[in-house]
Amino acid sequence: MGMTRVKFTYEQEMIKRPIIFDLGRRFEIVTNIRRADVREDMGWVILELEGEEDEIRRGLDWVVQCGVRVDPIAGDVVEG
Amino acid sequence: MPFVKSLFCRECGRHYPVEPEHVCEFCFGPLEVGYDYDAIAGAVSRERIIDGPLSMWRYQDLLPTTRECGIDMGTGFTPLTRAENLGRLLGLNCLYIKNDSTNPTFSFKDRVVSVATNKALEFGFETLACASTGNLAGAVSAHGAKSGLDTMVFFPSDLEKGKILGAAIYGATLVAVDGTYDQVNRLCSELADNHRWAFVNVNMRPFYAEGSKTLGYEVAEQLGWRAPDRCIVPAASGSLFTKIWKGLREFADLGLIGKVSTKMHLAQPEGCAPIVDAFDQDSYHVKPVRPDTVAKSLAIGNPADGFYSLKTVADSGGSALVAPEEEIVDAIQLLAETEGIFTETAGGVVISALRKIAAAGIIDPDEVVVAFVTGNGLKTQEAVERLVDPVRTEPDYEAFETALAARGSRS
Repeated sequence: MGMTRVKFTYEQEMIKRPIIFDLGRRFEIVTNIRRADVREDMGWVILELEGEEDEIRRGLDWVVQCGVRVDPIAGDVVEG
Repeated sequence: MPFVKSLFCRECGRHYPVEPEHVCEFCFGPLEVGYDYDAIAGAVSRERIIDGPLSMWRYQDLLPTTRECGIDMGTGFTPLTRAENLGRLLGLNCLYIKNDSTNPTFSFKDRVVSVATNKALEFGFETLACASTGNLAGAVSAHGAKSGLDTMVFFPSDLEKGKILGAAIYGATLVAVDGTYDQVNRLCSELADNHRWAFVNVNMRPFYAEGSKTLGYEVAEQLGWRAPDRCIVPAASGSLFTKIWKGLREFADLGLIGKVSTKMHLAQPEGCAPIVDAFDQDSYHVKPVRPDTVAKSLAIGNPADGFYSLKTVADSGGSALVAPEEEIVDAIQLLAETEGIFTETAGGVVISALRKIAAAGIIDPDEVVVAFVTGNGLKTQEAVERLVDPVRTEPDYEAFETALAARGSRS
């Protein structure tokens, strides 16, 4: 089992879609939201994902395909 | 001994022991170093600072580690130059350039890496690591060499060789990762979580970031123990911007300077301006962008401190300014031709932003304005190559006079 902490960023058109619910239903992943802010024009959610590492990877690939941006919670770590 | 009390979460305020951790286990918010300011107030004084070393370590009472814990490469106490020529052009009588390109590896990154290195030694790490496409890689590698720590530097494999030369020379282990920038980001976050390495801007980030405060302290000391009226600061993650402000406020809270009413102005290049975009939309939501800018050292599309930078802008009554890509090189040239300071592209962004607010007429001509130049121009020579246009002549006296006259008539 593995654990991953990620940040999802949504554009306006994605806000109505229950992505996190679907992620937990389609994949063997337990989702746990720690912090979030959803507004009219965009939203972000910081959450923990628990599951087999391959399953988490496949789940995150699916989330990205849905149009959600997925980032490490620490933001970009590659600096100039 | 440093006066550190604990780490605390910037979001929920929970406290943690002083360990190489960067995220709150509860809300996943970023951790920050908490100090015992009463104890610091009892120890620190202008005299004590003045008697300290001529480096950033003169402010070690306000840092999470000391020079005695590790090394002092002579970072900091860089020149604060009165920019009379540029100021005259812009209508500013008290313009200063804080020239941080004179640090050991020619950028302000030496400040943050100095703190991260000494803290890593304190924690007993054997490896210093970072992911970087330039300045940070050089600073980490040099500090690794001097401190005897092994050094790992990760970068996208499509990066030009020259960009990483400043790290290779110090004997760092270079790791070229085949993948996109985002993939390198993700890998390095994972590595930092799973290896016993001091990843300077990940698990060491709370300590690392504190090094930037010394820029604020220095400017205040060099101005004769006062805060400037305005600061113009480049922003990538936004950490430097927030820490300069924090440094000025700490000095005031400790009675080392008077009240701080500095307006903080943040500058980003047009090709990577997520914080400016949020400011322009009157929002605290920083939407990540895909960087496409000549200012590579500012190319962070998902800035960790974007929100806190916007708070700093609001708290100080400042602004966030964008530098058009096509003006960055002109601004580098302007600073070089007026003040003899050759800055990298991030400095061009700052000077371009400075020119913009000066032209807007919102600055009183007698305000003390400090523009922060954070890296040396020799690092981004490719950006200004087009400026090389020598007078060509045969090796003959008359030919030279003719060629020179021809150039003169062109200009």
